Amino acid sequence: MAEEPLIRARGLVKRFGGFTAVDGIDVAVERGEAFGFLGPNGAGKSSTMRMISCVSAPTAGELRILGMDPVRDGVAIRARLGVCPQLGNLDTDLSVFENLTTYARYFGLSRAEARRRAGELLEFVQLADRAKGKVEPLSGGMKQRLLIARAMVNDPEIMLLDEPTTGLDPQARHLLWERLYQLKQRGVTLVLTTHYMDEAEQLCDRLVVMDGGRIVAEGSPRELIGRYSTPEVVELRFPAGLDAVGKLEGVGERVDALPDRLLVYARDGDAAVAEVHRRGLEPSSVLVRRSTLEDVFLHLTGRTLVE
Amino acid sequence: MAHPAVTSAVTSVVTSTVSSTVAVLERHLTLYRRLFWASAFSSFLLPVLFLVSIGLGVGGYVGDLDGVTYLQWIVPGVMASTAFQMAVGETTYPVLGDFKWTRGYHAMRATPVRIGEIIAGQVLFMVVRVLPQTVVFLLVVLLFGGLRSWWAVVTPVVCAAVVVASALPVMGFASRIDNDGYFALLFRFVMIPMTLFSGVFFPVAQLPVAAQWLAWASPLWHGVELCRAATLGVWPPWPVWAHVLCLLGWAVAGGWFAWRGFTRRLAV
Repeated sequence: MAEEPLIRARGLVKRFGGFTAVDGIDVAVERGEAFGFLGPNGAGKSSTMRMISCVSAPTAGELRILGMDPVRDGVAIRARLGVCPQLGNLDTDLSVFENLTTYARYFGLSRAEARRRAGELLEFVQLADRAKGKVEPLSGGMKQRLLIARAMVNDPEIMLLDEPTTGLDPQARHLLWERLYQLKQRGVTLVLTTHYMDEAEQLCDRLVVMDGGRIVAEGSPRELIGRYSTPEVVELRFPAGLDAVGKLEGVGERVDALPDRLLVYARDGDAAVAEVHRRGLEPSSVLVRRSTLEDVFLHLTGRTLVE
Repeated sequence: MAHPAVTSAVTSVVTSTVSSTVAVLERHLTLYRRLFWASAFSSFLLPVLFLVSIGLGVGGYVGDLDGVTYLQWIVPGVMASTAFQMAVGETTYPVLGDFKWTRGYHAMRATPVRIGEIIAGQVLFMVVRVLPQTVVFLLVVLLFGGLRSWWAVVTPVVCAAVVVASALPVMGFASRIDNDGYFALLFRFVMIPMTLFSGVFFPVAQLPVAAQWLAWASPLWHGVELCRAATLGVWPPWPVWAHVLCLLGWAVAGGWFAWRGFTRRLAV
C-alpha cells in the first residue's frame, strides 16, 4: 500500500461570508517534495495555507494533514509543522536569540534545548552575529531568515512558507532559496506560495497554478511549460501606433499582445525573428528567451502574474 | 480505578497545558524584563505617593473613619485599585498590539499552544507581577502604621483575584476591537468611574442607592472590601463567600468572553 500523502485535500472550500476564497481544490503533497501554489494576489493561496497550518477551518471538503484531521487534531499537527507567515510576526521587543528561544518553548522544548537549538539555527541562517541584537534594525532579508529559523525550532516535517521572498532584493532572495534548498535536501517537505514564477521554477518539484480560488493547472515546472507554452518566446516591442499583430500571423505558434509588447511563442525563437524581419517589420527591440511559468500563467488566464 | 491509558492521556494533556501556559508566561516575563524599571515606578512608587498625599494630607482634614485613621482606611483601597489598574493597562494596548501590531498571538497560534493557554499564560503573568508588588506595598505601609491586623497577609491573594476578574473581561473587549480609540472610552467611562466609586477613597454607603448598585457590580469593590476587612481585621460588608463568588463570576464570564473573542479573531 502506498504511503498516504502528507497533505491531501479533496474539494477543499473556504468561504468568508459571501466571498469564496478557495473554491474546491484537490491537492496531494508527498513526503520530501517541494510543492508550490503559484498565482496572483487574491488567488486563494494564503487561505489555503492557513487551512493547512490548522489555523482556519475549512468551510467544506476534506483535508488531511500527516494523516490527521486539522480541526480535531490541530494541536498534534501544529507540533510537527513549521510556519513561516507572510505578515511577519516576530517579537520586535525581544532580541533575535530570544525570539527563537521563546518560540521553542511554545513547542515544549526545555530551556537548555531551546538555547542550543536557537544557536544552531542562527548559524544556519547566518544571523549568529546578530543574536543579541534587536529585531527592528534587521533588513527584510534577515527578518525573513529569522522567521525561517524560528519555523524550524521544532524540527518540522513540513515547512509552510507563505510568499517567502516577497519584497526582498535579488541577493537576499538567492540566499533564502539556497537555505530552503538545503532544507529540502535534509528531507523536509516544503510547501510554499508565491507569485514569482522564477521562485516557483527554482524551488518547486511540483506546483499548482491557482486563479480565482481554483486550480487551473498542475505539474512540474517543465511539464507545465511543455504543455502550455512553446520552448522559446520572442518579445517584440514596436514603435507606438504601429499595429503589428495582424502582420505577425503565422509567425511562431501563437502571438499574445500585452499593453507594452508582443509575445511570439515559437519552437525556434531565432527562426521566428528571421521571419519577422523577412516580412519587413522593424521592431524597436527584440528579445529571444526560454519559456517560463509566467507564459504558462498568461496562457491559462490571459493575465500576467504580477500586475 | 481509571484505565491506565485514560490516566496517561489525561496526564499528557495536563502536562502539555501547563508547559504551554508557562511558555506564554515566560514570553511576557522576557518582554517585561526590559520595562521593569519603568513600570516599577507606577507599581511601587506611585501607590506610596498616593498614600502619602491623600492618606496623610487629606487624612489630616478628614480625621478618623469607622474608628480607624483615614490612612489605615484607604491602604487596602489603594492596594486593590493599583492591581485593578495594572490589569486594565496590561490588557488594553498590549493585547490589541499582539493581535494587530506585533501579531504575537498569531505566532503562538501557529504552534501547539491552545487559545485558552494563550489567555491563561498572559493572566498568569499579571498575577506573577501583582503578588510581589502587593507584598512590597504591605511592607511600606507597615512602616507607616497602615495595617491593623495580621489578616493583611491574605491581601496579595485578593489582589491576584482582582487582577484575574478584571483582566479577563478587558481582554475580551480588546480582542473585539480594531481601533485603539475605544480604549480611551474604556478608561473614561469604565476604569476611572470604577476607581472613584468602588469604595477606594470613601465608603460606598455615602452614595445614592442606584450608584451603590454599580459599585456592587464592579469586581474592584469586592476586592477593596476583602482587602479592607483583612488589613483592619474586621468583617467585610457582605459574607466573604459572596464577595469571592462575585469575583469568581467576573473571572468565569470574562474568561469565556475572552476565549470567544480570541477564537474568532485568530481563526480566520
